[in-house]
Amino acid sequence: MIESLGQRVVFVAKSDYLPTITRLYGEGFTMCVDLTAVDYLLHERRTVPAEVAPQRFEVVVNLLSIANRERVRVRLQVADAETVPSLFDVHPSTEAMEREVFDMFGIVFDGHPDLTRILMPEDWDGHPLRKDYSQGRIPVQFKGAAS
Amino acid sequence: MTTLDERSATSVSSAGAATGEGGQELRSRTDISQKALMREAGAVLRMSESAAAALADVAGDVGEDQSMIINMGPQHPSTHGVLRLMLELQGETVLRCKPVIGYLHTGMEKTGESLTYMQGGTNVTRMDYLSPLNNELVFSMATEKLLGIEGDIPERAHWMRMLLSELNRMSSHLLFMATNGMDLGAVSMMLYGWREREEVLRFFQKVTGLRMNHNFIRPGGLAADLPAGWRDDVLHLLDMLPDRLAEYEVLMTGQPIWRERLQGVGVITQSEAIALAATGPILRSTGVAWDLRKDLPYLKYREVEFDVVVGAHGDAYDRYAIRLQEIRESMRIVRQILDRMPSGDYRIQNKKVTPPPRGRIDESMEALIHHFKIFTEGFKVPEGEVYVAIESPRGEIGCYIASDGSSVPYRMHVRAPSFVNVQCLPHMMRGGLVADAVAVISSIDPVLGEVDR
Repeated sequence: MIESLGQRVVFVAKSDYLPTITRLYGEGFTMCVDLTAVDYLLHERRTVPAEVAPQRFEVVVNLLSIANRERVRVRLQVADAETVPSLFDVHPSTEAMEREVFDMFGIVFDGHPDLTRILMPEDWDGHPLRKDYSQGRIPVQFKGAAS
Repeated sequence: MTTLDERSATSVSSAGAATGEGGQELRSRTDISQKALMREAGAVLRMSESAAAALADVAGDVGEDQSMIINMGPQHPSTHGVLRLMLELQGETVLRCKPVIGYLHTGMEKTGESLTYMQGGTNVTRMDYLSPLNNELVFSMATEKLLGIEGDIPERAHWMRMLLSELNRMSSHLLFMATNGMDLGAVSMMLYGWREREEVLRFFQKVTGLRMNHNFIRPGGLAADLPAGWRDDVLHLLDMLPDRLAEYEVLMTGQPIWRERLQGVGVITQSEAIALAATGPILRSTGVAWDLRKDLPYLKYREVEFDVVVGAHGDAYDRYAIRLQEIRESMRIVRQILDRMPSGDYRIQNKKVTPPPRGRIDESMEALIHHFKIFTEGFKVPEGEVYVAIESPRGEIGCYIASDGSSVPYRMHVRAPSFVNVQCLPHMMRGGLVADAVAVISSIDPVLGEVDR
């Protein structure tokens, strides 16, 4: 548990990810307000605690405790093509959020009930928020439009 | 000619498959297992066994031939934009529902990675276009936290931000009154709601120059000071609105038809709302007195008096009543702001983030260079990551920024309340009538610009 600009942050290993979230749930963090990811491809030398090995992706989970009025942020390092356990059974609210992360970053969540694209069209190639997915260099895909 | 023919031939043959959204659509009952169905139905939600069994009763015993899947939207007028709902119906009863979103996706989070912190406001303000000032506020607060200057923001800037944020809450809720009335057939309410909202927007236009998408709240403070005579304009609003709100009460709250249409419709329980991370009026309608302005205060909300409005039934009527009452609470806050608005700077006098005043540019070359640098390169923000959340009219709006030390965010993510709240729809609609679907969507008050970003 470290402090980042006055906010509580927990770095977890992948094996610890689900147990930590479950333990925090027991401690009162019953609401998972946000789940997102960052692609650190172009910024590998970022500041992380010494014992954490930085990977390309990072899944960031923001938990909220209504009873104690506090927040905690869980950061999980994810390598390319690595899968992450889904939080759906602990926090059903992550259903759409994990789909969004899958859609935008291509991170696969194990055990998610319906892991499909959510914002992009179903037949879209690539994952737009990855750093190697450049803006403006991919031709626009029109679906079945009369040309 | 041949190429043209070939092309049109392929586009016709693939048109059937290409217009669908494939796996994003609601799958037919025969395609999914009972376990998946139960999971989808919400058996995984921490609800009592009897509640889960009741859910199973609705969905379990229906054969494929007794139900049908229909589309509602994305062009349906009461879906508030381009929300598409796939409903599985048995007669008039909604068995399952799945929102299909993304029709308004414009990659705003990606765009945010190429705009400087100075320009970022123009991007985020377009997400929730009904409360643009709250979007700008949360983005500015996140940037200020990364810069480490959140303690140095002048008093007047805090109070001005609060004034604009509360007026924005009023205009957003007034528009909810209008659309909610329209969805349920109270067409005069639609006109009234838009009329009152326009009065608030007229004030925004006078202050910021624009009715919407203001980019007025910026990292470090605000773009300009309040114009002369702003106090009279706000007082005019505060004097006008109570009578109009009383009119709404007569038109809607007291009407048996209105109550029949909303009470007991789209019910969500407290545990469901928390499990689905619903915030704002939806969470408060279940009786949880959770308001970030009160519980995790920001700006100067600690110093003003207001009540958090809660409901008891978690139905569409509670959500309507909460929003109506929140307009009054916002007016109460605005009155206190009028009394307490301090004088002084409206933005931080930190040369790093604040452009020099216009007058200085004509006489000082350094000021001209400084102005040029700040608007072309922007200012550098130290490495780090931060999550800041505030209470928007729709719930918790959060901004997560990861910075790599340059002048553009490395990653900018907005936790959009509507995006999360739309997940409640399947649970609110289960077992209800298809005619109530419109009332349920309306009571969520989604803004699709924010859902899809």
